[in-house]
Amino acid sequence: MTFWHILLGRLTWDSLVFVEAWRNPTISEIIGGLAGGVAVLGAALLFGLITILGRWRYLWTVWLTSLDHKKIGIMYMVFAVIMLCRALIEAVLMRTQQAIAINNPGLVAPDHFAQLFSTHGTIMVFFVGMPLLTGLMNFVMPLQIGSRDVAFPYMNSISLWLTVGGGIMMMASLVVGKFSTGGWSGYPPYTELAFNGGVGPDYWIWAVSLSSLGAMMTGINFAVTVYKFRSPGMRWMRLPLFTWTTLCTAILMIFAMPPLTVATLLLAADRYLGMHFFTNDLGGNVMNFVNLFWLFGHPEVYILILPAFGVYSEVVSAFSSKELYGYTSLVIATMVIAILSFTVWLHHFFTMGQSAGVNSFFGIATMLIGIPTGVKIYDWIWTMFWGEVRFSTSMLFSIAFMITFVIGGMTGIILATPPLDYLVHNTLFLVAHFHNMLIPGTLYGVIAGYYYWFPKAFGFRLSEKWGRIAFVCWVPGFYLAFMPLYVMGASGVARRTQELFDPALRPWVIAAEIGALLLLAGLASLFIQLYVSIRQRHTTRVPVGDPWDARGLEWSMSAPPPEYNFAVIPQVSRRDPFHWQKINNGAYKPADHYRDIEVPKNSMCGVLIGLGMTACFTGLVWHMWWLAVCGFTFSLGTAIARSFMRDVRRTIPAAEVEAQHRRWLETTAAALPIPRHLEMTPENEGLAKWQG
Amino acid sequence: MSKTSTGLITRAVGSPIRRLRKGVTMGLTVMAAGLLSGCSVLSRGFLGAAGPVAAAERHEFYLVGAVMLLVIGPVLLLTPLIAWHYRLANTKSAFRPQWGFSWILEGLIWIPPTIIVIVLAVFLVDDTVRLDPYRPLSPGLSPLQVQAVSLDWKWLFIYPDQHIASVNQLILPAGRPVHVSLTSGTVMQSLLMPQLAGQILAMAGMTTQLNFAISQPGTYWGENAQYNGAGFDKQKFQVLGVNPVDFNRWVASSRQTPRLLDDAAYRTLSRESVLSQPVTFGSVEPGLFAKIVHQAIRPGYLRQHEDANSHG
Amino acid sequence: MARLTTEPELRHAGLNLADDPREVREQVESDVFGFWVFLMSDAVMFALLFAVYGTMRHATAGGPGPEQEFKFHSAFWETALLLTSSFAYGMVSLSMKHARGQLWLALWLGITFCLGAGFLKMEIHDFLTMFHDGATPERSGYLSSFFVLVGMHGFHVLSGLTWILLMGVQLAVFGPDDRVKVNLIRLGLFWHFLDLIWVVIFSVVYLEGLSL
Repeated sequence: MTFWHILLGRLTWDSLVFVEAWRNPTISEIIGGLAGGVAVLGAALLFGLITILGRWRYLWTVWLTSLDHKKIGIMYMVFAVIMLCRALIEAVLMRTQQAIAINNPGLVAPDHFAQLFSTHGTIMVFFVGMPLLTGLMNFVMPLQIGSRDVAFPYMNSISLWLTVGGGIMMMASLVVGKFSTGGWSGYPPYTELAFNGGVGPDYWIWAVSLSSLGAMMTGINFAVTVYKFRSPGMRWMRLPLFTWTTLCTAILMIFAMPPLTVATLLLAADRYLGMHFFTNDLGGNVMNFVNLFWLFGHPEVYILILPAFGVYSEVVSAFSSKELYGYTSLVIATMVIAILSFTVWLHHFFTMGQSAGVNSFFGIATMLIGIPTGVKIYDWIWTMFWGEVRFSTSMLFSIAFMITFVIGGMTGIILATPPLDYLVHNTLFLVAHFHNMLIPGTLYGVIAGYYYWFPKAFGFRLSEKWGRIAFVCWVPGFYLAFMPLYVMGASGVARRTQELFDPALRPWVIAAEIGALLLLAGLASLFIQLYVSIRQRHTTRVPVGDPWDARGLEWSMSAPPPEYNFAVIPQVSRRDPFHWQKINNGAYKPADHYRDIEVPKNSMCGVLIGLGMTACFTGLVWHMWWLAVCGFTFSLGTAIARSFMRDVRRTIPAAEVEAQHRRWLETTAAALPIPRHLEMTPENEGLAKWQG
Repeated sequence: MSKTSTGLITRAVGSPIRRLRKGVTMGLTVMAAGLLSGCSVLSRGFLGAAGPVAAAERHEFYLVGAVMLLVIGPVLLLTPLIAWHYRLANTKSAFRPQWGFSWILEGLIWIPPTIIVIVLAVFLVDDTVRLDPYRPLSPGLSPLQVQAVSLDWKWLFIYPDQHIASVNQLILPAGRPVHVSLTSGTVMQSLLMPQLAGQILAMAGMTTQLNFAISQPGTYWGENAQYNGAGFDKQKFQVLGVNPVDFNRWVASSRQTPRLLDDAAYRTLSRESVLSQPVTFGSVEPGLFAKIVHQAIRPGYLRQHEDANSHG
Repeated sequence: MARLTTEPELRHAGLNLADDPREVREQVESDVFGFWVFLMSDAVMFALLFAVYGTMRHATAGGPGPEQEFKFHSAFWETALLLTSSFAYGMVSLSMKHARGQLWLALWLGITFCLGAGFLKMEIHDFLTMFHDGATPERSGYLSSFFVLVGMHGFHVLSGLTWILLMGVQLAVFGPDDRVKVNLIRLGLFWHFLDLIWVVIFSVVYLEGLSL
């Protein structure tokens, strides 16, 4: 044990991708080196830019240390979009590899390809899907229930920074060391020490652990917020649908994250302490991992999809200018889906040799989920019925979702039938199926929600034109990229295949490649949309805050909202409260009297705890035990120190609240009420003309 | 959206589209032709079923697919139709913003799907029991016994009654049921022969089972479908269905092969490697499969990893 | 802010909140409720560890099993210590409820700490004895699952002890202010929860293991 050995653990020069690319300059290694270079350069550029612009103080005091649920929500989404860029580029690289590698090794080596599909899956699930939705829920849910913040703002910040820490570890794996090659599900014994001694599976274990810790805390936070922080009169059956889905998602997070924590913890026990939970020898049993993982994994699917269902419920109702059809059915369907999601985990491994009885039980349970899901789709269709549908970007994505999602539902029923699952399990058919659920189910939902709530968050609308261009890329792109995968899967092509051997597959892989490129173009057009929208923001401002003539409480304040959300906590007397306020002339009225408002002060503790745990886990990955101990002690110390702080809240005096509120009411009075057919024009200042 | 703003958008998006239209049309034609010719690959999968199990599963696939098409058909039609008919610009369509509930519609969206799921569930139970991979095909005929061991990155097939073994080649008499016992000599793997039967996992320390048959003599293929490392793509093998006479001839000729599959040979075989050619063993140490299941032989990959670690 | 007056008065067993403003009471309510939710999540984790233990009960791989390694008297005394410590914590809550003064609070907290520490010391001693016999977690899947399940409970006890110490310091620094009281209630929930988990461990692991 030399000093260097203790200091650096397993880290050597060879761990750097650049060194590897220098020594062994194959295309695959050079691609790896380039990716690492982009990661390092991107980080350096970002730091440099912030330093040159002198924005560190602003960033630190206004954003990073903020405990405001709205800012935390936005930071979640920014983080997720950065991760999405990487994971989508990886997807394109994988498709390119398959398009080229028919009876030749192609661009990337097998080991590199395996890292690509592992990081792609891990990032998309834990660092894109979940943070995107957590961000949306963070921003919207407290506004919808008439609350000033979430129940535990400080814990909210810790959740965010734990998740970001996991993302930092994922990015670090681009530069130092290799990521796991065991896929996003990390099945042992392949990920055990006997088969994979390197840092890869450890990166996976600890990055995922950070995310699952953050998600569990988020779940507790959201559930308590919905239970305890609703404004007076906001009874259960008056909650907006998005809040309902947030609650169900939170409950899923509370119960589904522990199985993942247990699975990764036990795998870590095997790898670090030589235990035998999932090893081949001495009584280990890999089936325990598979069960634990999917006990988490299936509810996770609904964690990723339920909030998007909530978004669609809001968007379809708002852009059909109409009440949501079948509110009660939608609530019941959401709850049923949440409960059933815990009873179907075994359908992820019908092929493990259980008895026909067990497989039948879980197959039927899986099909049952189809009923409430179908009900939801029809509820959205009937919401458009007898309405006035405006084809905004949000609405286009919602309609594309309904059509695309049911196709995924069809293949889902096929996979839920055990004998059919035997045929297509572990093939590209399965890959096509879950992308068919998650791209419309999660991604389209997030885009729809992003377009819908963006004016609320930033005070100006997004470019409609570029939204449509994005739509033209994302929707046909999806079909082109994934329909061929169904065909290839039905032809017996296994998933995670780096090289193909049948030239007849060529047209399909090329179609999929074009689709993947279109999806990348879709992402690019979202960036252009943001850029263009910021440039032309002076013509799209909606300071009054209700650009879409919408119905929930989140539209009843200025855009962007004040940090305390509501000048006066609203009294709710029926569903769609803001809509009825507008109809009954109750909206945009000053309050009788204003009161002092307490908001949480900013705190750096969340950032420090998150980064401390990241240091701890990075230390564990590289066997730098000192770093692990220091990181953990630092986080624990910060948490303890924070518990000694008593002066953690700040009061906004009633006079200031009143002044702000009155200023907004003046803006409102000066604004021109806009009928629906003019909502995309510069005249729209966020004041809707009520048209019945 | 008003007429004017729609017009604006059409103009803005429309002009590049018009320019691109010709190219796109041509591209689509070429691609469609390519995809049509590409459909031949489907015959490599279960749609080209060549045995009773895969054929039954294919039949069920068509059935479930047809039922599901009926289910999703209305959504595929109604969604665009209703959205378009009730568009803002269509002033002739009715507008009832307060309408949000109807018992009839509630019945329509809850009850028929429930009935369909019940029907599908009945099929599901029946087919799952009938096509249970553990269930012998025809109780009267004694099946050919095969023991399959998944290794990195190849398949070892032991014929216990014939006392021979082959690697990456499965030769079977057509028309006779086959019973496979599977285990893994390494990580978890999955045996998939798309034209013959559904897949089943192979795991170390335990056995799983698969029953199937080949209807007609012919050449088919199999693979491992569960990722297991760098040689994963190449872990494919040929399945040869031959007539019983040829099968017996093959067994007899294989026995002439001097190669013996014993502990030492297994240790070498279980090192991580990709074989370029199938290998045949003329004799097999009795009870070898049981020893592999009970992990009485130290597999070769462990030694390989220890060597690699001591160098690194 | 008008509230429906028919709502039941918000109460909490360990706190005298009647004179506090409603916002404070609501905050306290949700703080404690949030901790209940966390315990639910933690309970799921333990349930899964029990399930894993159950499936690995016979995966001893020829190594030592419970009948050689478990000692009834030590498991019994560990149980006694932990249950008594739970009683002591009950006294902490009562002292807080009846505002008996800081000294009583500190005294009962101290007793809880000592009993908990005694439990942990016995458990570590048991573990070391098992290690000495060659019953280490690396020996078999069964022993892995045993050490992780019981060790995870032990780790929780250790966290609880740290928390008790911390609350002792806070009591000295701040006296029983609102946040200290809320945290004492949460700590109480945590400590009783550990008791509950131990009772299950005692029954499922030790009694079952020794009954064979």
